[in-house]
Amino acid sequence: MIEPKVKIATCSLAGCFGCHMSLLDLDERLFDLAERVELDRSPLTDIKELGNCDLGLIEGGVCNAENVHVLMEFRTRCKILVAIGACALNGGVPAMRNQYDLKECLEESYLRGIGLVDPQIPNDPEIPLLLNQVHPLHEVVKIDYFLPGCPPSADAIWTFVNQLLSGQPLALPYTQIHYD
Amino acid sequence: MSEDRSFTLDGRPIPFQDGQTIMVAALAAGVYIPHLCFNPEFAPHGSCRVCLVKVNGRVQAACTTPAAVDQTVQNETGELREIRRGILQMLFVEGNHVCPACEKSGACQLQAVAYYVGMLAPHYTHFYPRRPVDASHPEAVLDFNRCILCELCVRASRDVDGKNIFAVQGRGIQAHLVVNTPSGKLGATDFSLADKAAQVCPTGAILTKHRGYEIPIGQRLYDRKPISVVGDVATLAESKGGRRHD
Repeated sequence: MIEPKVKIATCSLAGCFGCHMSLLDLDERLFDLAERVELDRSPLTDIKELGNCDLGLIEGGVCNAENVHVLMEFRTRCKILVAIGACALNGGVPAMRNQYDLKECLEESYLRGIGLVDPQIPNDPEIPLLLNQVHPLHEVVKIDYFLPGCPPSADAIWTFVNQLLSGQPLALPYTQIHYD
Repeated sequence: MSEDRSFTLDGRPIPFQDGQTIMVAALAAGVYIPHLCFNPEFAPHGSCRVCLVKVNGRVQAACTTPAAVDQTVQNETGELREIRRGILQMLFVEGNHVCPACEKSGACQLQAVAYYVGMLAPHYTHFYPRRPVDASHPEAVLDFNRCILCELCVRASRDVDGKNIFAVQGRGIQAHLVVNTPSGKLGATDFSLADKAAQVCPTGAILTKHRGYEIPIGQRLYDRKPISVVGDVATLAESKGGRRHD
């Protein structure tokens, strides 16, 4: 009997897609992974609608209203939700804007930036509204597991996913735990 | 009266001399007890609480508790590991520790101890305090975002350098590092990179200007081996990736 594949969804919120790049760094191990899992919504599949999944992997923190919406949908649809990478865990580099008021950030970028023509702060209704501060995922929804790194190495992702899928206790070797 | 006196640490006898703390005796016996505000060159401070051990069933700081015969001390237990992890998590959310954007990353004692106690994520709600960086000094940067109030720079500047440049002001959550000048700027002091105070910071709060990211990722102080094997950044020579002047 063929075992049903584990359904995985991934997304990048206020991140740089570096964690997804690290996932792709699994290289030939991706073939092995593809035998066991099926990708649902993910930048790698371009599926837009999130289905019911066993596992959700999220990189990036929460910086705007759309991030909140997507994160809550992932929490509803995924049995296990994993925060991957520094931004998802503590806000990371995007959270460095928390040192300033949102107004100051927008003015610095869009009104006082170098070489701007017709400077104005974007306000198209299609652009998600920015939150006052960037937040890590666990401040918005319950997160089941955390995988640190900027990004976590492919080896760390491999160890983590294998231990999780096989039901082993999670234990990363020393060299695979780092915050940068 | 100093012969053959010992206490038990995780079932192992640790010899000690009169006046030694549990931490100092353990260190001399080659046993690592995680710590941040402790540095063997300075009087113990007992503020970070990371070195908490169980002494005859009671939780105490190893760096300030005098060693005594008949002590049964527990160090590496799941319970203490969890307490230490909680302390580390609180230290991380209280400041702004953006490891990917810090030159000290990989050779940072705060980070290394957090790795050692198995901290994967900060768990608590972040404070994101607003603390401006002091870049007024020509040779050094003072990044208050990374300060954990260990007071090692305070002790070094006062007790070794004789300059008394740093101090901690305020109480409780209001406590913060200050520079002892009317302007509060490091540039207005006679602080020098040769100072002991420049060599003891366990985080990236005091940094040398005009250099950074010199050692590639994978070869930095704590990249391959844990702090229990490598030792503290402040006690290791610069040539070995530490902060201590050669």
